[in-house]
Amino acid sequence: MGGMHGMGPVQNEKNEPVFHAPWEGRVFALRRAMAAWGKWNIDTTRHEVELIPPAEYFELSYYARQFVAFLEMLVKSNLVTRGEIESGIPAKGQPKATPPLTAEKAVILVAKGVPTSRDVKVSPRFKVGERVRARNINPVGHTRLPRYARGKFGTIERDHGVFVLPDTNAHFRGENPQHVYAVRFAARELWGEQAAPRDAVNLDLWDDYLEHA
Amino acid sequence: MDTTRRGMLKTVATAAGAAATHDLAHAQEKDHDHGHSHQAVPSDPALRVKSLESLLVEKGLVDRAALDALIDSYEHKIGPRNGARVVARAWADPAYKQRLLTDADAAIAEMGYGGMQGEHMRVVENTPKVHNLVVCTLCSCYPWPVLGLPPVWYKSAPYRSRSVIDPRGVLREFGVELGEDVDVRVWDSTAELRYLVLPERPAGTEKLNEEALAALVTRDAMVGVAKVTARREGNPT
Repeated sequence: MGGMHGMGPVQNEKNEPVFHAPWEGRVFALRRAMAAWGKWNIDTTRHEVELIPPAEYFELSYYARQFVAFLEMLVKSNLVTRGEIESGIPAKGQPKATPPLTAEKAVILVAKGVPTSRDVKVSPRFKVGERVRARNINPVGHTRLPRYARGKFGTIERDHGVFVLPDTNAHFRGENPQHVYAVRFAARELWGEQAAPRDAVNLDLWDDYLEHA
Repeated sequence: MDTTRRGMLKTVATAAGAAATHDLAHAQEKDHDHGHSHQAVPSDPALRVKSLESLLVEKGLVDRAALDALIDSYEHKIGPRNGARVVARAWADPAYKQRLLTDADAAIAEMGYGGMQGEHMRVVENTPKVHNLVVCTLCSCYPWPVLGLPPVWYKSAPYRSRSVIDPRGVLREFGVELGEDVDVRVWDSTAELRYLVLPERPAGTEKLNEEALAALVTRDAMVGVAKVTARREGNPT
C-alpha cells in the first residue's frame, strides 16, 4: 500500500502494551508453534494474509488478519479440518500427534531465528553503483516488489548476498536463491516534483526484480 | 481460493455465533449481540482463539508450554531496551559503532542479541544532514531482537502507505520537523533485511555513561520517527 492516500494520520499510542489482549499473544504464539510442522514458510504466511480481500483486510486488526490467514493455512496443509475448527473437537479415529516445538525449542527458535540467506554460489547480475530499473511485473501470486517502484530507475547501493526468492518459495515452487540488493530510488523518480529533491527511498530487491537500465 | 477463505470466515463466524469480520475488527470491545438465536459459543474472539488452541493441543499439534515461552520472550525479555543498549554503546565506543555500521549482525551479536526477525540486520546512521526512517509497506517487518514486536502504528495503513510518499509529513505528526538541508532516506523493508536507526547523540550527554545514555534512547528514535533528547520525557516506549 506504499504511496496510497487517504489513510489518515498515524496514531501513536502512548505506553502501548505488547499485546492488547491475551488472545493476540496466543495467535502470535500459535502461528510460530505450528510453523514448526514445516508445512509452510514465511512467504506462504505473508501471501495468505495478502489473499484477504481488501475491504476485509482494512477492517481487520493486525492479529485478526493473522488469525484468519492462520486458519486457512491449517486447513490447506491438512493439519486441521474445517469441521474440527467449527466444532472445536478433534475428528475421531486419529492418533494424537507429538508437538514438534517444545518450550526449550521455542527459546532456541527465538534466539536463533530462521535465516533466509543461502550459502550457495550464485553470480550477482548487478554491481554496486550500477543504475537499474525495477521490472514492470504484476504477478497474481506473491511478490515483494512494491507497486510504487515498478518501472522506476534506481541505483544499486549494496549487495546483501544470496537469499530465498519469495515469489517461488511462497507457492512451494522452490527457493530459487539469488542476490538481494539495496536499491536507492530518488523520491522524485517515484513521486514526481512533489517530493523533496534529495530525499530517497531504499528498497531491498532480488535479482529477478531488476533489469539493466 | 477466495470463496474458500470467505467460507472459512463464515464457518468460524457460525461457530462463534457472530459476524467474524466485524467482531475481529472490534476485538477489544466486549461481546456484541448480533441477534443470532443459535449462539452456541460466545462471539468474543478471545474465545474463538481459545477454542482453536484447545483443539490444537488436543490433537497433539502444539505444546502449551511452547506458546507460553514464546509470549514470555516478547512480553518480558525482548524489547527496545536491547536496541537502546546497542545505540548507547555505539555512541560511547567509536570502534563498536564502525563494526555496527559495517557488520550489524556481528556487532549486535556481541551484545548478546539476535534471532527471529533479526537474522539479517542493517544499521543506518542519522547525522545532521541525513535522517533515516524505517517502514515495511508490504507487511510489518521490524527488527524484533532489538526492538521487540512492532507497535500498532507501525503496522497501520497510515504509516505503511504514507512513509514512502510523504515521510516529512509523517515525521511532522511525530513532532519531528526537518529542514530542507536534511536528506530523508526511507528504508522500505521489502526483503529479509531488518533495519535499526542509529539516532544522533544529543548534545549535553558527554559525561553520561553507557547505561545513562541507553536510558535516553526511545523505540521511536530507533525506527526513525523521533530524535533522542538529553532529557527523557514520559515513560520509555
